[in-house]
Amino acid sequence: MNSKPKADAATKATVSLPTKNGITLKVNGAVKQIEIAPWTTLLDALREHLGLTGTKKGCDHGQCGACTVLVNGKRITSCLTLAIMHDGAEVTTIEGLAEGEVLHPLQKAFVEHDAFQCGYCTPGQICSAVGLLREGKAKSPEDIRELMSGNICRCGAYANIVAAIEQVSRMGERGDEE
Amino acid sequence: MRTEHIGKPISRVDGRAKVTGAAKYAAEYNVPGLVYGVVVSSAIAKGRITRIDVAEALRLPGVLQVFTHENSPLLAQSDNSYSDEVAPPGSPFRPLHDGEIRYSAQPVALVVADTFELAHYAASLVRIGYERDAHATNLNEERERAYQPRPREFIPPPESRGNAEKAFAEAIVRLEEEYSAPIEHHNPMEPFATTVLREENGRLLVYDKTQGVQNVQNYLCNVFGYSKGDLRVLSPFVGGAFGAGLRPVYQVFLAVLAARELKRSVRVSLMRQQMFTFTHRPAIWQRVALGAAPDGTLEAITHKAIAETSQFEDYSETVVNWSGLLYRCDNVELSHTVVKLDLHTPGDMRAPGAVWGLHALECAMDELAFKVGIDPIELRLKNYAERDQNEGKPFSSKELRACYRLGAEKFGWARRNPQPRSMREGNVLIGWGMAGGVWEAFHITADAKATLTADGRLTVSSATADIGTGTYTIMTQIAAEMLGLPIEDVTFKLGDSSLSKSPVEGGSFTASTVGSAVKAVCEKIRKKLFQLARKIDGSPLANTKLDNVRFVDGQIRSHNDSSRAVSLIEAMRHGGLSAIEEKASAGPTPEQMQYSRFAHSAVFTEVRIDEDLGTIRVMRVVGAVAAGRILNPKTARSQVLGAIVMGIGTALEEESVIDHTFGRIMTHNLADYHVPVNADVHDIEVIFVQEQDEAVNPLGAKGLGEIGIVGVAAAIANAVFHATGKRIRDLPITLDKLL
Repeated sequence: MNSKPKADAATKATVSLPTKNGITLKVNGAVKQIEIAPWTTLLDALREHLGLTGTKKGCDHGQCGACTVLVNGKRITSCLTLAIMHDGAEVTTIEGLAEGEVLHPLQKAFVEHDAFQCGYCTPGQICSAVGLLREGKAKSPEDIRELMSGNICRCGAYANIVAAIEQVSRMGERGDEE
Repeated sequence: MRTEHIGKPISRVDGRAKVTGAAKYAAEYNVPGLVYGVVVSSAIAKGRITRIDVAEALRLPGVLQVFTHENSPLLAQSDNSYSDEVAPPGSPFRPLHDGEIRYSAQPVALVVADTFELAHYAASLVRIGYERDAHATNLNEERERAYQPRPREFIPPPESRGNAEKAFAEAIVRLEEEYSAPIEHHNPMEPFATTVLREENGRLLVYDKTQGVQNVQNYLCNVFGYSKGDLRVLSPFVGGAFGAGLRPVYQVFLAVLAARELKRSVRVSLMRQQMFTFTHRPAIWQRVALGAAPDGTLEAITHKAIAETSQFEDYSETVVNWSGLLYRCDNVELSHTVVKLDLHTPGDMRAPGAVWGLHALECAMDELAFKVGIDPIELRLKNYAERDQNEGKPFSSKELRACYRLGAEKFGWARRNPQPRSMREGNVLIGWGMAGGVWEAFHITADAKATLTADGRLTVSSATADIGTGTYTIMTQIAAEMLGLPIEDVTFKLGDSSLSKSPVEGGSFTASTVGSAVKAVCEKIRKKLFQLARKIDGSPLANTKLDNVRFVDGQIRSHNDSSRAVSLIEAMRHGGLSAIEEKASAGPTPEQMQYSRFAHSAVFTEVRIDEDLGTIRVMRVVGAVAAGRILNPKTARSQVLGAIVMGIGTALEEESVIDHTFGRIMTHNLADYHVPVNADVHDIEVIFVQEQDEAVNPLGAKGLGEIGIVGVAAAIANAVFHATGKRIRDLPITLDKLL
């Protein structure tokens, strides 16, 4: 095994890497100050810097939805945005949905309806569903299918995901939610 | 307290962990000082590296090392050391072993840095010069090079019987068609990843995405010379795999290499693009010839398949044997050959072989039914196999007739007008199609360990996996029922190489295999508890036999008189035991082997096709499955639902498109490789037909991971024909093929 060639100090100094910047995020209600390089995505900031690995990385291209979180109440793919762009923002991740031991109605419905198998897309599905219900656009199962199509589930739990969201959506109309 | 659990729709015991984000996957173990590896993939399909310049990457502060074939340490030298439990015959791919390029996007370097972003950037600075050789990646252009692959364990080579050629020539009705399908990639949602945590004493904890922790441990020990005490592999949660994690994937090799050389904790995660750089379902070409009497009675079946394999291994799967199994026919000719291409070795992907083989066979049967003018179900019933003619054995159970009947009823098949293009609504063509399915009900040997503590809590373990299949849940149910305990008092542990021996999780054999071991170990605990209970002074069970008691509600209770009972905790206390620990091994018996053991299905689909645009929507699917005893109807239904969804992908969407000029897969992301999304899936109904099977294995349950996908592609293709009058025999059925 060759050891790493020693680059001399002068050479090292000529390479400029991005410098870190301090930002503040309100994550799941707690204020977090982190020093972060501009090239770090919000997803990697959550997973690697804040230890919130509930938010998943499935593609890093905004194609799968596994990284969906709520930023200022809206669902976004956290892999397609840089953390530094969200200084001062309120971020809700899967870890922030339950009230202590009491699961969020969507979390509970996902368990009851078996709306997942491997569980890897699940945090993104649930955060996306929270965002969807807030948007108020999903009036029918067809709407839910269409508006949840940014969240891929390779285990194919879609029928159960729709059933879980429908149930909570109906509860919301009756005013049972939260 | 309810302690009857088997057959109950219990929610997943790991459900809470999965909906709260607490479930941790391979890339989610963070420790101070962790460094990150990013893989550099080759730009050419075949040739060799002439120059690899890592200086620019190494110049970046924070880049620790770039591993290449030039600086990789001397490791094990024999092919055997790189082999694994699931490896087909050949020379397994060795990452960074030499400068040879064997397929496009093979790993050629690992850049390790302090942060993920830096490693990623540095990887873009590795400059590589190549000398190109001519490559071959087009199966259809290379078919004449097909040869008989070396046989693979568990894959019986096809055997012909009678004289199919003669019978076909003499048959009054003859049908001969070709079917083809492209490479598919598993694409589980979790990218393959490994986090190696290096302990102070140099021991490695390897959190790996795998379907077989012990398979990976053996591989790493053989390759790197570790002893099993120095390297433990863990995978408590696996974010899907579908067969992609049966063999060790190259990132685990690279992560351990880096941890070993740098003496650091290391994480290596593959990019989604790199999920297209190892195993895959092979591209395939098939020809099916059916000879029949005018009433549809089969007189000859010929099924020939040519699939791809790599230059370095002979991968094969069971593609054509199903044609000698599913229908009664005395003249059957089967052949399965492969062509070496400059691609990575294919591997098992959900119902390997059966997805392709049944696509061809069940489309051909539909074509035959149309030709002789009888209903597709009637044709199948007319040729129903009561015995396995491949093996000359009776079936342990086969409720396929009930699948046809109940599926058809639920679907409303009787209302089908058999004429193509006969069921339209405006410019929407409606088609109804069906197909049958069959998959192995394997049972192999596994071990399990159980510990019952004085507080009445039971822990059972085996080194298997739960890739979303529900292993945690059904094993908990089996153990809890065996000892009459509530689910909450039972914990099942898996995904740790230090646990009892288990094969990889796959082949739909985990429920039967690990389940039988769990049952066996619980039987030992029952026996010991019963002995303790009888020894209690004045025991109400003193004159009772083990066969005459039930374990229920935390008690050992007499069958005849439920007031005669001893609680498990009482038995333990009187025996002065703080814990009972037992180990057991269970495998198939000679009695089981006397039977041919398969799960069966019938799939019914409705497609709606826009006549002007060719867009196809699968509006309804009914899947009727006969798989013995259903351990948990909730998770079982989910398995079949999910498999049907993947079958929709196979039929209509999934294709890893190769640009043969470069020998490179171009659709290597989830925008170009289409998998079904929520809007692609409409009404799906799953039916489990009653099937009593005492012979298949000690649990009477057949696995469910794969049977659900078999037959789906054919049922959809047949529905497309019924809607449009067009037979599309080349998967996937995309709209361009209909216009």
